[in-house]
Amino acid sequence: MSVRAVVTGIGVVAPSGVGVDAHWRTVVDGTRRTGPITLFDPAGYPTRVAGEVSGFDPSAYADARQLVQTDRWTHLGLAATKLALADAGLPERAPDPYGWAVTLASSSGGNLFGQRELQRLWGGASRTVGAYQSIAWFYAASVGQLSIHHQFKGPCGVLVAESAGGLDSLAHAVRTVRRGTPVVLAGATECPLSPYALACQLRSGLLSDVSDPEAAYRPFDRSAGGYVPAEGGAVFVVEELGHALARGARVYGEVTGWGATHDAVHTGPDGAGDPGRYARAMRLALDRSGVGADEVDVVLPDALGVPRYDRAEAEALRAVFGDRPPPVSTHKPLTGRAHQGGSALDVATALLAFRHDTLPASAGPRRPAPGCELDFLRTPRQPRSRLALVCARGFDGFNSALVLRGAPPAPRGAAE
Amino acid sequence: MTGRRTVVTGVGVVAPGGATRDRFWKTVTEGRTATRRISFFDPSPYRSQIAAECDFDPDAAGITLAERQRADRYVQFALACSTEALADSGLELTDAERDVTGVVLGTAVGGTMALEQEYVRVSDSGRRWLVDHALGGPYLYPALVPSSLAADVAVRHGLHGPAQVISTGCTSGIDAIGYAHQLIVDGEADVVLAGASDSPISPVTVASFDAIKATSPDNDDPAHASRPFDADRHGFVLAEGAAVLVLEEWEHARRRGAHVYCELSGYASRANGFHMTGLRPDGVEMGLAITDALRQSRLSPQDVSYISAHGSGTRQNDRHETAAFKRALGEAAYGVPISSIKSMVGHSLGAIGSIEMAACALAIEYGVVPPTANWATRDPECDLDYVPNVARETPVDVALSVGSGFGGFQSAMVLRRLAVHQ
Repeated sequence: MSVRAVVTGIGVVAPSGVGVDAHWRTVVDGTRRTGPITLFDPAGYPTRVAGEVSGFDPSAYADARQLVQTDRWTHLGLAATKLALADAGLPERAPDPYGWAVTLASSSGGNLFGQRELQRLWGGASRTVGAYQSIAWFYAASVGQLSIHHQFKGPCGVLVAESAGGLDSLAHAVRTVRRGTPVVLAGATECPLSPYALACQLRSGLLSDVSDPEAAYRPFDRSAGGYVPAEGGAVFVVEELGHALARGARVYGEVTGWGATHDAVHTGPDGAGDPGRYARAMRLALDRSGVGADEVDVVLPDALGVPRYDRAEAEALRAVFGDRPPPVSTHKPLTGRAHQGGSALDVATALLAFRHDTLPASAGPRRPAPGCELDFLRTPRQPRSRLALVCARGFDGFNSALVLRGAPPAPRGAAE
Repeated sequence: MTGRRTVVTGVGVVAPGGATRDRFWKTVTEGRTATRRISFFDPSPYRSQIAAECDFDPDAAGITLAERQRADRYVQFALACSTEALADSGLELTDAERDVTGVVLGTAVGGTMALEQEYVRVSDSGRRWLVDHALGGPYLYPALVPSSLAADVAVRHGLHGPAQVISTGCTSGIDAIGYAHQLIVDGEADVVLAGASDSPISPVTVASFDAIKATSPDNDDPAHASRPFDADRHGFVLAEGAAVLVLEEWEHARRRGAHVYCELSGYASRANGFHMTGLRPDGVEMGLAITDALRQSRLSPQDVSYISAHGSGTRQNDRHETAAFKRALGEAAYGVPISSIKSMVGHSLGAIGSIEMAACALAIEYGVVPPTANWATRDPECDLDYVPNVARETPVDVALSVGSGFGGFQSAMVLRRLAVHQ
């Protein structure tokens, strides 16, 4: 009998809010949280809108030593992890260190910290960087700090699959649980919002240059013209089912299956990925979950917001679901696209939807583009099968899909 | 999917001292060092001015013009050695097999070399915080995201299975191969190109390690600067390189009559939860990782015939690691040959774990253990058999490869001669 892994805690630190309740309110109300970039002056860049975690106070989640040694991306990760542990009713320090681990995705590391140190090295009087550059910029910085702070001493990991890795981190957490580590923190936070990181992203050719935040990121819409970058993400407590039940934990849902494929083509100026390979990732996730396509309640798509990629995603969904596609609901336009953190955030939304017994309405499209006429959820509705398919793609060909089976909803009136 | 086993059927290496598998093996078994004064830029402003650089010729390595324009140096290394490994394996993939062939590669610092070069341009040599994006090159985004490493290898070979980059700092190479091993055992892939690549020899990385005095300042004698386990060691020597292994599910390899170097029989990692760069001298977590990897392999400490050590040549590492071997292997630790090829090819951060695993596969294949070069003076705290200076001919049935990295990560892999009748 295969070991089962469930999600028992969620920590959201995203433009949609800090904490699951704030995030859920944003999603349910459909409130757009993107706006003009404030982390630096964006006037000189074609992309001036982003999703920032406004009002985030890192000192509430990190001590003075952590604050100076780490990038904002790590601050966001420290906060999301603390919130996830508290949400799961677990202590801040692992009581069984070798039985607890953390695997996060990070697609670009400590950008603000790294750029400051590059400026010091090249623009300063001496050819030096600070003592913490070696531990703040690299992709493993957040996981290392988390391992030390929370005493996660089991098998830890850091994954990079551009925007798809948030889903892969949950898949890897389940692999790790199945191999005998009962508690694994997974998910992703990102902060790709430094001037240099933005300059890099501009070269992807996928960013929106619309300066009106309301119109800047409209996936599947006739007016789609690229995506709005964002910071933040979500971290989850993934727990072996028996371990969760033994301590009476509240269960959000089970990670039942996943699939990952690669297009083996680059994201060029004309390319749109490979809908067939993307569909294959979705089918693998369904097959490994033992779930038929007709059972899926809701799909949370990648929603890149680039017309040719939106059409390719719609094509992949039609290839999997045929003429009876389940409702599609995306909330990325509310937050922007936080790369690997964004795909993790979609997992949070799906699990919260089951928790609240409500599939929230999709944030657009207002007017679906030709080829993108999917069954977008226009009004909230009650889940039936409690099965969600979350999909994500990463730049240069990564495809991932994850199937979640929601636990029964919270009793009405239960204190949350 | 129980019963699935992972075997190594192809090996490709780009390393200092030799940009192919055979040249790499010749370098390390002859005990030659490839460390030298840095030639890529003027290193004189820096504390440590030495490194192990690869004499890598992209044309000779078959890197196309389009790949050269797109891919940072560390990606080009991986393109070259993935092709070498595939050719070595003799695999001719059908379209159906391409769907179940994945790419899992590690890197510690990814595209920092390209990122730094581009940064200097767009920031007007560090004068502008608000960099001029219009001056950035067309492939700046692939430089920012190290996922490009796996993507470019998948594109080159037309592979559609799971693709992933693992970036756990200096254990990335072992962890990437470990992740790939799990994909095969779990039935998520039948074949995986797995390994790691890093090309960190650029000013920002050199300065970063200067700032914490981790690298050797023995600038007057670069050839003898990397001195793992020697009493007179002064830090590690930065390096670049890559290795890719073709990992294959055993039945898949057997059916096609493939040459098998060895089996991957156990992989484990633990974190010390102690310090981002510091190690406690007791070696507890590395010891636990070794014990778990041996347990998965159903092997005892006495079965280990060679240990490829992390052996970075820092005082704290060599002491920590020696303690870990004693903790995990007991008395057997004193009888097993242990060596660090970092003494010759330096420390290529995330890449070296995969290069060392390539060395383990070749040690099993050829019955030769590479030495620890530059070993001259015994350190009372490092009292095991480090195979000083001269390679040793000895049958290697079971090799253990370990790594230790920033963040406190400790990883171990067991490679063993394939026991066909198991």
